[in-house]
Amino acid sequence: MEYILIIISAIFVNNIVLAKFLGICPFLGVSSKVETSLGMAGAVTFVITIATIATYLIMHFILKPLGIGYMQTVAYILVIAALVQMVEIILKKVSPSLYQALGVFLPLITTNCAILGVAILVIQNDYNLLESVVFAVANAIGFALALVVFAGIRESLDLVDLPKGMKGAPIALVVAGILALAFMGFAGIV
Amino acid sequence: MNQVTNFTKGFVKENPVFVLLLGMCPALGTTTSALNGLGMGLATTFVLVMANLVISLVKNQIPAKVRIPSFIVVIASFVTMVDLSMAGFLPALHEQLGLFIPLIVVNCLVLGRAEAFASKNNVGSSVIDGIGMGLGFAFGLTLLGAVREVLGSGKVFGMQIFSDTYAMLVFVLAPGAFIALGYLIAIMNRFAKKN
Repeated sequence: MEYILIIISAIFVNNIVLAKFLGICPFLGVSSKVETSLGMAGAVTFVITIATIATYLIMHFILKPLGIGYMQTVAYILVIAALVQMVEIILKKVSPSLYQALGVFLPLITTNCAILGVAILVIQNDYNLLESVVFAVANAIGFALALVVFAGIRESLDLVDLPKGMKGAPIALVVAGILALAFMGFAGIV
Repeated sequence: MNQVTNFTKGFVKENPVFVLLLGMCPALGTTTSALNGLGMGLATTFVLVMANLVISLVKNQIPAKVRIPSFIVVIASFVTMVDLSMAGFLPALHEQLGLFIPLIVVNCLVLGRAEAFASKNNVGSSVIDGIGMGLGFAFGLTLLGAVREVLGSGKVFGMQIFSDTYAMLVFVLAPGAFIALGYLIAIMNRFAKKN
């Protein structure tokens, strides 16, 4: 039950993009086509899960026993950067087809605040390892959902006749706002 | 480039929030009021200036291959300083900004300026660039915060502007952030096109 609650809350009620404002850059940047946004979503799901496990272990077995919890930000960002690099190298060797699909998105992920945000939130919420993994995966699904829905809308936005000033980022932001408004309808179910 | 244009470019022509669209996460997430926006903007400015200063000092010692991780470590150190001092001296603001303080480290604006400017220019111009860009970012955040605060609760910096029964809560909540920023950029575009 507890896990279902975490999952529903992370996907719908506190959607990572539309309610928590994490990962806005890829949300606005790569969401102009459904296909690319699926690739980005896949890469993020992959990295967010591994990164959350790695940072969780580092926090509880290295930083906390040594009493240097304040090094959290520095340690986490280094781990995430190294991890992304590693995933990229391994994928290239092991599965070239997957690398082809996710490759271009991987370097961008280091500065995706969703990854670092989830890693920090897990510690703030005092989750255990299993809860952390569930939380990470659920947030990744929430990210994917927001990204793909938004990309679908943007594909048809291209055909709309807009005033000059509203073209590009402004209309994307307004649409994102309306999407966020729709997601607010989920508030209260958990 | 002379130092004056170097300093002022961050405010209008290359404003990080309205033109470059960098650092969108804190721009949307922390601007529930003008004061929060200003606080976040100044915190980012500090990190930006210090990171630009240090990176332009050590740019010749860092091998090109490991420059991005090195930049990130420098930035993360200053972010940790801001995080700890804000928790100590301004606990209320720290509580409000929460997660977004450690997330300054992944703000594309900070790494972007380090890579695009500080790693290629001397110390003086880098610091000026940091101050200009940082204040431009703070200006954008404060403006967005003020718009959301006045539309959402009828106040600016806590001062009552509209009658106290006025409230349009959606502008303080998440959707209002997107919509307000979208229209602000549209207005900026309109003026930019005119000139």
